[in-house]
Amino acid sequence: MATQLEPEARENADVFREEVRQFLAEKFPEELKGKGLSMGGIEGREKETPAQKAWREAMGERGWGTPTWPKEYGGGGLNRKQAAILNEELARAGAYNPIGGMGVMMFGPTLLEYGSEAQKQEHIPPICRGEIRWCQGYSEPNAGSDLANLQTMAEDKGDHYLVNGQKTWTSGGQWADKCFAIVRTDRSDKHKGISFLLIDMDSPGVEVRPITMISGTSPFCETFFTDVKVPKENLVGEEGQGWTIGKRLLQHERTNLSGAAPGGRGGGSLADIAKKYGKVNADGTLADPVLRDRIADFEIRWTSFLHTARRAVEESKAQGGVSEISSALKKLGTKLGQERAEMTIEIMGLQGLGWEGEGFSPVELAGVRAWLYGKATTIYGGSTEIQNNVIAKRVLGMLDHQ
Amino acid sequence: MAVLNEEQEMLRDMAREWATNESPVTEFRKVRASGEPEAFDHTAYGAMAEMGWAGIIIPEEHGGSDFGFLSAGLVVEELGKTLTASPLIATTLAASAIMLGGSEEQKAKWLPKLASGETIATLAVDEGPHHDPAEIATSVSDGKLAGTKGFVAEAHGADLFVVATTDGLYLVEKGDGVTLTTRRLTDQRSHADIALEGAAAEKLENGGDTLLDDVLNRARALTAAEMLGMAQIVFDTTLDYLKQRVQFNQVLSSFQALQHRMADLFAGLAQMRSAVEAGLQAVDSGVGAERAAIVAKAEANRVLHTISNEGIQLHGGIGMTDEYDIGLYLKRARVLEPTWGATGYLKNRFATLGGY
Ligand SMILES: Cc1cc2nc3c(=O)[nH]c(=O)nc-3n(C[C@H](O)[C@H](O)[C@H](O)COP(=O)(O)OP(=O)(O)OC[C@H]3O[C@@H](n4cnc5c(N)ncnc54)[C@H](O)[C@@H]3O)c2cc1C
Repeated sequence: MATQLEPEARENADVFREEVRQFLAEKFPEELKGKGLSMGGIEGREKETPAQKAWREAMGERGWGTPTWPKEYGGGGLNRKQAAILNEELARAGAYNPIGGMGVMMFGPTLLEYGSEAQKQEHIPPICRGEIRWCQGYSEPNAGSDLANLQTMAEDKGDHYLVNGQKTWTSGGQWADKCFAIVRTDRSDKHKGISFLLIDMDSPGVEVRPITMISGTSPFCETFFTDVKVPKENLVGEEGQGWTIGKRLLQHERTNLSGAAPGGRGGGSLADIAKKYGKVNADGTLADPVLRDRIADFEIRWTSFLHTARRAVEESKAQGGVSEISSALKKLGTKLGQERAEMTIEIMGLQGLGWEGEGFSPVELAGVRAWLYGKATTIYGGSTEIQNNVIAKRVLGMLDHQ
Repeated sequence: MAVLNEEQEMLRDMAREWATNESPVTEFRKVRASGEPEAFDHTAYGAMAEMGWAGIIIPEEHGGSDFGFLSAGLVVEELGKTLTASPLIATTLAASAIMLGGSEEQKAKWLPKLASGETIATLAVDEGPHHDPAEIATSVSDGKLAGTKGFVAEAHGADLFVVATTDGLYLVEKGDGVTLTTRRLTDQRSHADIALEGAAAEKLENGGDTLLDDVLNRARALTAAEMLGMAQIVFDTTLDYLKQRVQFNQVLSSFQALQHRMADLFAGLAQMRSAVEAGLQAVDSGVGAERAAIVAKAEANRVLHTISNEGIQLHGGIGMTDEYDIGLYLKRARVLEPTWGATGYLKNRFATLGGY
């Protein structure tokens, strides 16, 4: 529901908008126009260009990469209206938020809620400046959907924990500086024996092995811990509180992932792509009525998904908790993203299935990889099947059949 | 499963044994790693030809065994199961064009060489990324061809091309006036664009007005057979995985949500199999071949699309790894889907044939 701003608020908004515009005019490098943050910011910094670095530092300094986080820890300290204005102006300038990754999407918000003062002081500012990359040490070979079955053990050694075990599918593990992990501190209780621990990836005994994916890239790893010493001050919350904290983090993850399914957005809307690769009538409409129908059908569902996402945010703000429909968001958004990617390659025909080499545009090649990588979106962050279970049991109150 | 005669059963068993033992997916991975644009193993193709597979549809008088398309489909299905890379389908389809449209001389000249594996051949029909035989622009004057063919499968290894032109089908040998440009698709098999500039060509005169359509029916049915093998393996592998993967102290196969999904896929696969077999049989009998071939390919497109996506999803994270085979099937599946007709094209054609 759109609300009328009070005159004073409107004036403040205008002042803030002007401030953002000036900042963008001064600091946003023209050459980055229309680009985005690659791989959600988990990739290493080796490939960062001087322009990208300058842009990241400029935004980081203002705290505008994490606009609503408290100023005292390096965030932007903006209210919701201001954050919305910032977003609008970024979009208008063809700019993007250069600060991302798991630190921003999930770890930061969780630490702000559960961390000690010292932990927040230490870890939040570098996240706001985009200086430190975090990876997620959750999954293990036998703890995927059944995450609480994790076996990586953290033994209490007085002033430190000694960590042994194996994590898998660690996205960005090879580029990360630090890892937020859930580990076992007690074998006698499945859920209460879990603790939330911050591990330095440079620590002796940490080994990562990248795994190649079907899309041809290797952004995720097996991570091994052998007698890794982790100082006690790196425990977040109480010992045994890890499952509660870990699940909270997953809520942030889900919300962030729902609309983020990479679908090879390059090339414009599905209709634009269809016009480029197919036949168009004299009046500019698509000549293939079936395709036209399918695109319209998709766009209608995509639009109503965006409405749903917005409603979930509004409801959770209003009721001060998670909206009932937020559980459905990840399932819906990721499926739609995959559908879009499938339609994109279908519309392009064999031209949309290039792997490498001559004869394909960068957008076409990126589209194929994104289509393949996008298959993961319904698997990670709580698979679609697990979302269905959550909806059935927790929202609808249906009984567990087991 | 179609009712097979003894010869067909033997053929299928032999193909299954050979594919399993001599050509498992690791062999395709070697081909892929070599990066050669031809993308197949010559020794393996030699072995196939020796077993008589290149001549399955070719008449005995020309060195084949005259077993027909249902039999060819049995072999192709087994090869699809292990992602065996070979020009067998392409050569079989080119041979069928010569059988349907060639003069006695042309048949005598080419069919024995195709049957023995000495000559590799392929069809060059479409000119762009979409199957659209109504849009052919390649033309002929004074027996010389001019035009471009897009995404021709197995072009790199081919000695002979069956080229569709505005004036029917022509035989073109590799050589002057034929230039290949490699197109690397996600399945990492052989695909190329072919520029034809003054290439010498000989017409296939005898097939009548429907020659191209008759060949395309065969192309659709046989490609659907490869897709059937792929769908079957993705299904089997997924079922096996669900039966052994433990989460929440139970094997995944005990979850009803997954049981129902597998039941749906099973039913889809059953339909795909009968559609594909009916398509191949109709080609052999000549009765209602076009309709049956369209049904075969459209069902193959639909079911393999679903099964290949579900296969990844149900494997979870491991399905996303290159090391695990399932992704290779997904990538090959998407390349075969638009080949000889994406679903939209086929539905439109089906409706047209039905007069609506
Ligand atoms: C690209 C990618 C990146 C990832 N990044 C990270 C990361 O950075 N850090 C990290 O810790 N993890 C990461 N993961 C791991 C991810 O969270 C797991 O893959 C996911 O939790 C699923 O676990 P699994 O792979 O073991 O599949 P399984 O749990 O074995 O599931 C296999 C299939 O069974 C289904 N299933 C399982 N249980 C049930 C049930 N009870 N009812 C119905 N269906 C069920 C699943 O939905 C799935 O379809 C990543 C995964 C991928 C693919």
